[in-house]
Amino acid sequence: MQAFKNLDAVAVPIARPNVDTDQIVPARYLRKPRKLGFGDYLFRDLRLDKDGRERDFVLNKPAYRDAKILVAERNFGCGSSRESAVYALWDYGFRAVIAPSFGDIFFGNSFMNGLLLVVLPEADVAALIAAHEAKPGAHMQVDLAAQTVTGADGKTYRFDIDAYRKRCLLEGLDELAFTLSQRDAIAAFEQKHAAATPWM
Amino acid sequence: MTQPQSTGPRTLFEKIWHSHAVVEREDGQTLLYIDRHLVHDGSARAFEVLAERGLKVARPDRTFAVPDHYVPTTGTRSADAIADDDARNLVKSLTRNAAAHGFTLFDLGDVRQGIVHVMGPEQGISQPGMMIVCGDSHTSTHGAMGAYACGIGASQVGHVLATQTLWQRKPRTLRITIDGTLGPGISGKDIILAVIAKIGAAGGVGHTIEYAGSAIRALSVEGRLTVCNMSIEAGARAGLVAPDDTTYQYLAGRPYAPKGAQWEQALAYWKTLPSDSGATFDREVSLDGAAIAPMVTWGNSPEDAAPITGRVPDPSVFDNAERRDAVRRALDYMGLTPGTPLSDVAVDRVFIGSCTNSRLDDLRAAAVVAKGRKVAAGVNAMVVPGSELIRQAAEAEGLDGIFRAAGFEWRAAGCSMCVGVNGDLVAAGQRCASTSNRNFVGRQGQGARTHLVSPAMAAAAAVTGRFTDVRQLLAN
Ligand code: SF4
Repeated sequence: MQAFKNLDAVAVPIARPNVDTDQIVPARYLRKPRKLGFGDYLFRDLRLDKDGRERDFVLNKPAYRDAKILVAERNFGCGSSRESAVYALWDYGFRAVIAPSFGDIFFGNSFMNGLLLVVLPEADVAALIAAHEAKPGAHMQVDLAAQTVTGADGKTYRFDIDAYRKRCLLEGLDELAFTLSQRDAIAAFEQKHAAATPWM
Repeated sequence: MTQPQSTGPRTLFEKIWHSHAVVEREDGQTLLYIDRHLVHDGSARAFEVLAERGLKVARPDRTFAVPDHYVPTTGTRSADAIADDDARNLVKSLTRNAAAHGFTLFDLGDVRQGIVHVMGPEQGISQPGMMIVCGDSHTSTHGAMGAYACGIGASQVGHVLATQTLWQRKPRTLRITIDGTLGPGISGKDIILAVIAKIGAAGGVGHTIEYAGSAIRALSVEGRLTVCNMSIEAGARAGLVAPDDTTYQYLAGRPYAPKGAQWEQALAYWKTLPSDSGATFDREVSLDGAAIAPMVTWGNSPEDAAPITGRVPDPSVFDNAERRDAVRRALDYMGLTPGTPLSDVAVDRVFIGSCTNSRLDDLRAAAVVAKGRKVAAGVNAMVVPGSELIRQAAEAEGLDGIFRAAGFEWRAAGCSMCVGVNGDLVAAGQRCASTSNRNFVGRQGQGARTHLVSPAMAAAAAVTGRFTDVRQLLAN
């Protein structure tokens, strides 16, 4: 996993709630091998019509093309557990998503792949969306160590993040290696558990 | 975050959580031990992760797999018969991985093959008190057995394969109590759509839901599986129903359920699981079961649900701007005019299937409506049983004959038109009455218009050609 680097990049607002992972990457692309990249499939049916022509969708606006930060409304990434939704965001170039809340499984998947999710209060997100809609192409700064986001409105917003998740992102550590170091504890638990519930 | 008392009354969820906690990390995340890991044909990426690191499946004896997403529901039932290269490779790689790692696979052609969330309870693999995971969001289904069951992503599947454990932050608890007696023609599907309409698609985020109350107790295990299945559509991590005699009767004698002395031992344990009286939940919501009508969704979020007696809403009645925009966009996509009675909306397709509603009870409820009637002209309707065992059982009692005589297609088991990745798709602009769980934009195919309903309501739409209050058909 890549270590997270502070961002000073274009932020694109997607002002709609309940953006589900079926929107982020349509099911017909899930069968594709990971190594070929998922960036082209990101928001495929929102970006392009059936004939491959660009629709009126915010990501198609030239000012937002190089966005690395996405600002969305509540419950972003709800629905299907498909981790390809994170691959698509990542491969397209996104490194952080800001929203008032996220789909639970998407939340876990993102951190597993180095994508930072920032939870901010609804009012702060609304202010950021308004600021970046008013100034298309404006930069936003995300500083993970300091836990701050600075928007086009010039305001700096502080966010909370799990200390462990923060460390993993900053150092590019992955969870599996850490868990494998807990093998003895798992084996001890397994014995006790099997004795208590032998039918399981 | 509220910490539970280790003594004192505890909820069902807390009991399961604490009996599976291996260690806790400084940040408050808990390493949970996994009793059952269910795997399907969309899990290939996780095995790649394992191979990249040279790891093996830690507990093949706790790992059970079945192909469901990419399998054909007509014609030859073998991986070789799948035309699409990528899809065929996914199904075949599951067979290869099962052989290489030594876990149980109910492969295509095996009568136990079916949708992973149908297969687990049906085989008795999913049991009360267990911690169950699967790389699929509808894993919440298994909570109906009295288990804590969560959907996970591909990296987490790799983590569970390698370690038989998963890190989680403890969710908050929400109890949804539904008392009262359901009216005729009302099912678990109507209950859960009414719940999501009430609390919203994000109403359960950060929570585990326990469904309680007399209406839940009166449901069969099949009905409870339907309710728990859609917990994820309310944003919840899991949904549970306390085990009771209905659960035990359902489990007894199933292939992977405990037997003999172990059954007695398990049963004694299961009886300790229901939430203690006096246990507190972080939130409580209640609904009157007697007031629930057959539900239909009209938009692109499961929260966009209304009673069949209702109308397509007018976006301007919603009090916040974000919601008004979302409703406007949804009505545009769905091709609906505000104010139209839902019972005036005509359908092109009907899909009875998916892990939400493809069990024998569901097929029976649809068959009661289909019996002696005909699928309306111009409507294409299909029934896809949740497992091959269900298909056989339905055929043994003549349900296939009822459906066929009415003009429904009768298919073999799989996810099918719920997500369409096997090629069973709804065409752009077509309107589908579907017993599945997601009415998202493009879920059943690009431009497809999905309305979520119960099996009885789907059958009613098939035979009348439009959404119809099934209670009217049951009365005649
Ligand atoms: S039936 Fe639908 S929701 Fe259920 S597992 Fe299959 S694709 Fe997912």
